[in-house]
Amino acid sequence: MNQSITILEAKNLKVKRGGATLLNIPSLSIEKGEILALIGPNGAGKTTFLQTLSYLLKPFQGEIFFRGKKVETHISVLEYRRKLAMVFQDPLLFDTTVFNNVASGLKIRGMKRKEIADRVMEQLERFGISHLSRRSAKTLSGGEAQRASLARAFALQPEILLLDEPFASLDPPTHESLIEDLEHILYRTRTTTIFATHDRLEALSLSDRVAVMNHGMIQQMGPPEEVMNYPATEFVASFVGVETILPGKVIKRNGGSFIASVEGKEIEAVGEAHLGETVLLCIRPENVTLSTQPHREATSARNLFVGRILKIVPLGPYQKAHLDCGFPLVAYVTTHSLEELSLNEGKEVRASFKATAIHVVRKGAG
Amino acid sequence: MDLILDGIKKAFWLLITFDPEVMGITLLSLQISGTATLVSLLIGISTGTAIALSQFPGKRFIVSLVNTGMGLPPVVVGLFVTIFLWRSGPLGFLGILYTPTAMILAQTVIATPIVMGISLAAIQHLPPKLKLQILALGATRLQMVWILIKEAKLPLLAGVMAGFGGVISEVGASIMVGGNIKGYSRVLTTATVMETSRGNFDIAIALGIILLLLAYFINLILTQIQQRERSR
Repeated sequence: MNQSITILEAKNLKVKRGGATLLNIPSLSIEKGEILALIGPNGAGKTTFLQTLSYLLKPFQGEIFFRGKKVETHISVLEYRRKLAMVFQDPLLFDTTVFNNVASGLKIRGMKRKEIADRVMEQLERFGISHLSRRSAKTLSGGEAQRASLARAFALQPEILLLDEPFASLDPPTHESLIEDLEHILYRTRTTTIFATHDRLEALSLSDRVAVMNHGMIQQMGPPEEVMNYPATEFVASFVGVETILPGKVIKRNGGSFIASVEGKEIEAVGEAHLGETVLLCIRPENVTLSTQPHREATSARNLFVGRILKIVPLGPYQKAHLDCGFPLVAYVTTHSLEELSLNEGKEVRASFKATAIHVVRKGAG
Repeated sequence: MDLILDGIKKAFWLLITFDPEVMGITLLSLQISGTATLVSLLIGISTGTAIALSQFPGKRFIVSLVNTGMGLPPVVVGLFVTIFLWRSGPLGFLGILYTPTAMILAQTVIATPIVMGISLAAIQHLPPKLKLQILALGATRLQMVWILIKEAKLPLLAGVMAGFGGVISEVGASIMVGGNIKGYSRVLTTATVMETSRGNFDIAIALGIILLLLAYFINLILTQIQQRERSR
């Protein structure tokens, strides 16, 4: 990560089926070690994009370069595909033991048995499924199967890992533990990863960059907090911009809660974090209370800031107020209280939110 | 009633003493039907898989043809193979009519569509993304096809059963192209037909029992493989 090397580059990618354009990506480049999240609703083109990048979906227009070498011209499709690994939403395990499943990609490459065994054992342990090694893949639970599928991909030691919503069909607790493990593993291996998801928090905690997709196109791409706080289009705003996400540095800890510095302001949040660590603080707009009276600090809300209303967007019975408190903040106000407090753009207000109402996301905590 | 009991008694005697004629007929049956099944597996699995994995106009039509072929009446197969092998027929120069080779040919024609149809369905029933997953693991096209066939091994085993069961019990084509020549092209089914028509019920029953046992044992072995696969 110290030196940025472009590992993958796509130019003018287009996929058309029956007159409809399913994918249209003028250009994209991925740095070595980078984790890119593709987010968007179903049918946005995330899967099409991943399958095109891995040459599984043909025909398509455009060019793909791996480490500057053009695929098909300077490097064969097979050779290129063997630099990648892909995990699908369904585990798609073979009807054999877990061990043989994790070994399958290595066997395809004709690797020696001893080396295969070493690599498989390493991955089984890493994903906590060593005890299942001799079990038939058919008997695994959903979470175990997806772990085996991930282990199979990691055993290949891929240069680029493509994940197509691998957690989407898991129940919440399984989902959470698996994503936590994957986060640690990615943090350690520094594998270049592109993963599709429709879960914003998943994208936040895993990725260095987020690309929001819709209608086969990338609507906006950038660091997750930038995309979520400053959505460029109405679509991106409606899809991701439902909460305020603030990067903050932990400057003080006192059991169970901590104080983070955000743009020079101090915000108290409940959660675990190391001193000096940079965390993301997510604040939902319905948890932010606005008032105009100067002295009403006797509430249980512990974070109070003075800010200026930048914009008010009507949303049916609610109004969405964008504030500048030294950092951006979004709050919902009922139309009734909007009138009562006579709020308007440019007005100074007091915004408060509880320390417990903040969702803390730790990046690459290991 | 005596006729049946007597027949069964004599039949068991023939079996227990390993009567050379009965054993010879059994062995020939196994050889001919086994070879035909093997050949039909090679053609049926490869062609069935190829049809299942490729997209081309008229695929539906081809699939419906294969499915129709699964129910080919052996007598019709016998008729056409006979015509082809007839001295003045297109393959008459081979001079193989009324030989075991002709019987293998006819039985292969009967078994191939059965194996092909079941292979086609088996491969088509695999999750469509499995093919992509195998390619994403770095497989060549050939490796991908081989892994898919391994994944479909259970239904393919059913294809083996159905194919072999179909030809070992078939009589029409065998009699037409083999001629039921004693010690040369006489198999279990053709011998049973002949002995029954002659009123030699003891031999006919013995042959019938062997046919039943054969069918039973082969299915038992295959079923056991299937069950072991499933419980692992």
